[in-house]
Amino acid sequence: MLAVLNPLMRLIEVPMKWMQDTLGLKNPAWLFLLPNLILFGLFAFLPVIINFVYSLTGSDGILLANRPYVGASNFDYLLDCGSYVDPNSCRDDFFWRAVHNTILFVILQVGLMVGFSLLTALILNRKIRARGFFRSVFFFPVLLSPVVVALIWKWILQREGVLNAWLEAIGLESFNWLLDPSWAFGWSVFLSIWAHMGFYTLILLAGLQAIPRDVYEAAMMDRASPWRVFRRITLPLLMPTMLVVLVLALIKGVQTFDEIFAFTGGGPGSATTFIIQYIYNTGFAGTPRLFGLASAASIMLAVVLVILTFLQLWANRKNVDG
Amino acid sequence: MSINSMKILLASATAITGMAVGTGMSFAQEITYMCSSDGTECATAREIFDRFEEENPGVTVKIDEVPYKAILESLPVQLAAGDAPDMAKLTDLGGLAQYYLDLTPYVDADYWEKSFGGTLDWYRKGPDDNGIYGLHSQLTITGAYINKTLFEQAEVEVPGPDATWDDWAAATKEVAEKTETQFPMAMDRSGHRIAGPAISAGAKLFNEDGTGMLVDEGFTNYVKKFVEWHNDGTMARDVWAGTGGSSYQAADKEFINGQLVYYYSGSWQVAKLDEQIGDAFDWEVVGTPCGEGGCSGMPGGAGIVGFASTEHPELVAKAIDYLAQEENYAEMTAKTKNIPAHAAVAQKGVEYPDTSPAAAEALNAWAAQVSKISPIAYAYQGYKNNRAMFNISVERITQAIVGELTVDEAMERAKEDLKKALSEVQ
Repeated sequence: MLAVLNPLMRLIEVPMKWMQDTLGLKNPAWLFLLPNLILFGLFAFLPVIINFVYSLTGSDGILLANRPYVGASNFDYLLDCGSYVDPNSCRDDFFWRAVHNTILFVILQVGLMVGFSLLTALILNRKIRARGFFRSVFFFPVLLSPVVVALIWKWILQREGVLNAWLEAIGLESFNWLLDPSWAFGWSVFLSIWAHMGFYTLILLAGLQAIPRDVYEAAMMDRASPWRVFRRITLPLLMPTMLVVLVLALIKGVQTFDEIFAFTGGGPGSATTFIIQYIYNTGFAGTPRLFGLASAASIMLAVVLVILTFLQLWANRKNVDG
Repeated sequence: MSINSMKILLASATAITGMAVGTGMSFAQEITYMCSSDGTECATAREIFDRFEEENPGVTVKIDEVPYKAILESLPVQLAAGDAPDMAKLTDLGGLAQYYLDLTPYVDADYWEKSFGGTLDWYRKGPDDNGIYGLHSQLTITGAYINKTLFEQAEVEVPGPDATWDDWAAATKEVAEKTETQFPMAMDRSGHRIAGPAISAGAKLFNEDGTGMLVDEGFTNYVKKFVEWHNDGTMARDVWAGTGGSSYQAADKEFINGQLVYYYSGSWQVAKLDEQIGDAFDWEVVGTPCGEGGCSGMPGGAGIVGFASTEHPELVAKAIDYLAQEENYAEMTAKTKNIPAHAAVAQKGVEYPDTSPAAAEALNAWAAQVSKISPIAYAYQGYKNNRAMFNISVERITQAIVGELTVDEAMERAKEDLKKALSEVQ
């Protein structure tokens, strides 16, 4: 084998040596990174710059050449509010309704989901019967397409859906769950938790399994209560993983769009319209297509996401460094 | 055969084949038609274009059948990006006028004016534009259907042709109560659909200078009633309150399932209702209720246009002109069960094949509604910014229905939205 590889390696050695002589010892790394940098620049970095430029332009033109420069007026329009806690006092009330909905959604969805994921992971980490089966069951919704998830729950919750059929069968009155703004919002949170919980459960399960057994054995010898074990051993040792889960769930929560859009269309009214749907409605589904306004909103969202991403990086680093 | 003879034969064969391929290539032309269908529109167009291809050897009309949403959302982006098909069937007639191919140099303009005079304006860029841009293939009119069987079962008299919205609301509520039907009334969730009733209630929709106004006393009065009907259960809440944004939502399923007494939609539903209701119950067209502004529905429909970006303008014009010929247009109208926009075809009447007596009666009833259409409704349909007004209507009225805003707040917001939209339109 070596007899074949050695001449081949020598063949590579020649251009490599030439490259190091020409570019220096450190610079060839950039050469190898170049294809990725070009692709990243073209399809990730450049669109961000274009998006920013669009946010400074107006009109319904698509090409930049047809769009007049309007400065920060799109940002002014979005931020023009009597009070940020009352969307009705804002010039673009849809934007602020979406912001409020997103904040409430993220708080509820992330809080409840991380809590349920932890609980599920703790149960699945115990030696229970059919543990493998239950692990698969909890992870299964993660494999479904968001549209499928939305349709399943729509069929269950609609006026003549499965839930109402059951309610009527047991003598209760049916209810139009998706027509009431509060219920529609509540079910959106539930659906999102149901669809994503499995993923976070899996990460937390891995975190739990990484906790050394001997710590638990020592606690058992000291006759520590299960609650004390959880509070003093499990939770502190799981915290780095929890932090990663929390930040990932936060980012995902802020970006929520597809499944809720297919589930409620953002309604009733704007009760389940989140920030990404606002951007989609403004830039693509509405007439005229206000790309400038949509871009400005997406820039503002990007700032929030960048902060959350840095938080995740910090959490990761903390995790690695212990 | 000697070697030399064989060489000559081979060379000749190669040359002839080469010439044939070359000639073929120079004549072969393909145009793409982006089509969406409510029923059989694209299939019928295919049948007619098959004949067109036979009559024009080397020409291929490729039909790209797409969902209606793609026509609404993707086509405008394609057009702006210069990546459009050669021709398309669309409904935003005035909104995309800047991209249309003027067919005037390639067609008999007198024939087109004589046949489609009333609808040609909807495709033009403005009052000074006399070009011919689109073939109105599907004339539609909005209005209502009733479940006649439910009226008979409830022994409630069907309101007459001059009945107002209040008359209909009272009658349908009574029918629903007596027959234990789920919904008395429903209207498709669409700004186009609510425009007819609003015009009938006295809405003017335009300022004196012809720019869009949307909200005035007439419009607000109708919206107040409309919201009230949603709150007291006269109107099916599911349709307007059931979704967000400006998404379209129809109530045809409820009507077909016999859960709805009165369904405000439009003439394009005839084929579907005929096919899916069958003999389950009797239904009929009752048009649009009356108010101080008349008894007007909204005209509309779809048209076939060519785009100026095409590499084959003459061929595109020829293909559209072929569809516009009386015989072909009559066939298209009959097979797709639509109301004709072609004057001669309308005058002679259309015989709809495979149509039940109920559907034939319905189509005739729709045709009779055309004379009631208000000039404001025609102007609204042809107004290039009408889609912005439609979307604003849907979004703001829905907010009033679900209680996010009062009607007055919603109307104030609608005014501001329109001001913003018109300031952004180039």
